Amino acid sequence: MTEKTASVPAPAEVWITGIGLATSLGEGLDANWDALAQKRINVDEKGFAPYVVHPFAPVNFDAQIPKKGDQRQMEAWQRIGTYAAGLALDSAGVKGNKDILGRMDMVIAAGGGERDIAVDTNILNAEARGNSAPGFLNERLMSDLRPTLFLAQLSNLLAGNIAIVHGVCGTSRTFMGEEVAGVDATRIALARIAAGQSDIVLIGGSHNGERKDLMVLYEFGNFLLRDKFAPVWDRKDHTGFALGSAGAFLVLESKAHAQARGAKPFAKLSGAVADHSRRKQPGDLAATLERLWAQLGPVASGGAIITGATGAEPATSEERAFLARHAGFAMRATGTRFGHTMETQFPLGLALAAMSLSRGSLFPPGDSSGMEIEMTGAPTQIVVVATGHWRGEGMALVEAIG
Amino acid sequence: MTAPRDKLGRPIVVVTGMGVVTSLGAGKADNWAKLTAGESGIRTITRFPIDGLKTTMAGTVDFLPVEPFTSVALSERLAELAAEEAVSQSGIGNQGDFPGPLFLAVAPVEMEWPQRQELSRAAGTADITYDDLLRVAGGGERVSWHHRFQFISVADYLAEKFGTKGSPISLSTACASGATSIQLGVEAIRRGETDAALCVGTDGSVNLETLVRFSLLSALSTQNDPPKAASKPFSKNRDGFVMAEGAGALVLESYDAAVARGAPILGVVAGCGELTDSFHRTRSSPDGKPIIGCVRKTLADAGMAAEQIDHINAHGTSTPENDKMEYLGISAVFGEHAKKVPVSSNKSMVGHTISAAGAVEAVFSLLTLEHQRIPPTINYEIPDPTIQFDVVGNKARDARVTAVMSNSFGFGGQNASLILTREPA
Repeated sequence: MTEKTASVPAPAEVWITGIGLATSLGEGLDANWDALAQKRINVDEKGFAPYVVHPFAPVNFDAQIPKKGDQRQMEAWQRIGTYAAGLALDSAGVKGNKDILGRMDMVIAAGGGERDIAVDTNILNAEARGNSAPGFLNERLMSDLRPTLFLAQLSNLLAGNIAIVHGVCGTSRTFMGEEVAGVDATRIALARIAAGQSDIVLIGGSHNGERKDLMVLYEFGNFLLRDKFAPVWDRKDHTGFALGSAGAFLVLESKAHAQARGAKPFAKLSGAVADHSRRKQPGDLAATLERLWAQLGPVASGGAIITGATGAEPATSEERAFLARHAGFAMRATGTRFGHTMETQFPLGLALAAMSLSRGSLFPPGDSSGMEIEMTGAPTQIVVVATGHWRGEGMALVEAIG
Repeated sequence: MTAPRDKLGRPIVVVTGMGVVTSLGAGKADNWAKLTAGESGIRTITRFPIDGLKTTMAGTVDFLPVEPFTSVALSERLAELAAEEAVSQSGIGNQGDFPGPLFLAVAPVEMEWPQRQELSRAAGTADITYDDLLRVAGGGERVSWHHRFQFISVADYLAEKFGTKGSPISLSTACASGATSIQLGVEAIRRGETDAALCVGTDGSVNLETLVRFSLLSALSTQNDPPKAASKPFSKNRDGFVMAEGAGALVLESYDAAVARGAPILGVVAGCGELTDSFHRTRSSPDGKPIIGCVRKTLADAGMAAEQIDHINAHGTSTPENDKMEYLGISAVFGEHAKKVPVSSNKSMVGHTISAAGAVEAVFSLLTLEHQRIPPTINYEIPDPTIQFDVVGNKARDARVTAVMSNSFGFGGQNASLILTREPA
């Protein structure tokens, strides 16, 4: 029984060594950074009117998904994700490295289920015209659904496609659960590397916000921003989020593993925490965020916060109250710049934090409400915050390296 | 006195509570009695019309009323029942205050046809578009549908009901999901983050569209008559899996914590392994390397040799592809021992509970260790001569069982295996 006191090895330091971004602002780190610096926002108020979306900036999918057959087997969210994952592997310098990819772990945050809109509406129209025989729906689904559509809908098939296209073949786990799935993916990957259960992990997610079938789900809760774009902090008259399309992936790696292969880090991932407030009383959510902040460990004042605040209420007002208690921090809301990309918002925030730290400056405010203030000097710590539009709260601390 | 750490110096992870629901019934006692008697839970579907379908049977759970019916609501009810049984047996924590996280394997959530049809009727036009559905979706009348069809929905309910700690994780690794939920719990305990974890796999997915989707991939058996003979793992005339519903739940604890509170120790999760197959979205690499690697990693994680495994609770889906590849993978690692170790597939009786299967079969594996009796693979009338497993065909077999390997292989190249033992190794 004396073994019980055996010393636990010190946790491994975890570095961010690769970043892949494909968003409404463009592809790659420079394009996104430049758009942020120029305060450019890509919003479509007409295509899905009255709903506002941040549409995906077109990319040449062939560059990361060379086989057309693979592209055909995916729907948009999987193509965006598989593409961004490839960019992250390139960025980390492990693309095509079979030795590393063969043991690289994956923790993906995913939604799923893009529907065939034409099949749905044809069936509903036939039913509206009185075609309601018991086997009618059976017959139509059996004949009209594309067999491979299922594979484009399954949540874990984003990971599956990344394995097939890029050869990431260690372990593969897909977390679901909207915004906080992105935090949990980060948290579990960090914990596994820190404890020596893994050396290198690909994390991330992707989202296609240009989908009416998905909008129906959020419209049930009146969560969608209508008619006119406004920054997240300036949506008093029209609450809600504008869905965005994006893929954001990061390569997390133990310092020792990165150094052994000569990889250059963007930043250090020092902590990730998450919780699940039931949000029963006003103030519950803000209190949960405050508790998570304390759990992150010492955060020096005068730093920066990158939040995925959605614009949905009452969550965003609660988060505003939390942020007011940390008013010395320069804050940026990714929802204003990229729209709400759900599971992807947190990895996107991590990517922007790591870029800001490695480039020695926080990108400028992009907001007319006065909530976002200029930051002078290079940030050394950035806290990334996620507040789910309905459930789920999380944070991570990203720090500059030496 | 047993050492509280395993061969690799990590905290030993034990099981102190288990719960299970399948088409055979609710609870361990009922399931075990029927499982060892060789009963089938597969029946002709009555939940929705079966006109024009190629597959008309499934292992549905029809004895749990859920109103209004959705697959998500049924998944939630199944998970709740299994978790209640597990937590109650374990005696851990207090009512509504489970001292650890929740890892939930659950099928991807989406709005279903009855809701879509109701929206369409509410739109009240004959030329429906999604714009019409959107027009009637808002206004707050159907806010409960938003909550119901969030991916976090089932975990949200279970976390509240059982008072699990922190952010509950909902996960999908296709047919390996149940095993992955256990693996996440084992890893958290080994890291010393928690002394306990509630690991649940649940699936209530037998609805029309999901059945059609699997059917269009030619994954399902079409041998509808009689339904109970459809699932025939390792048989020459097997032709696909049978969709089924159910849930399995395990309370995992560190050995130290379990002993300290005098908890019943039902078994040990001695090892977990996982390896991704990048060959194809629905098929295994023909050389079997990913399955071989997964099995080897699992043995290494447990610090055991193949010869120490004395029973395999097979993935055994009854698809031509899976059963062949499972034999190929196991025989490559086990050598001659592959022909001697008794193998059985619970799916011959309960069908394939998909997201729940890894958890359901972990419970059955632990019951096998407890009772020293291996449930049969029913419908084993025409053995596939190319699969030279010692299949426990048709009748349960009493055997000395000290270590069970439970396999789960799924779409998207998801391979996961567990090794469960009676005592710490």
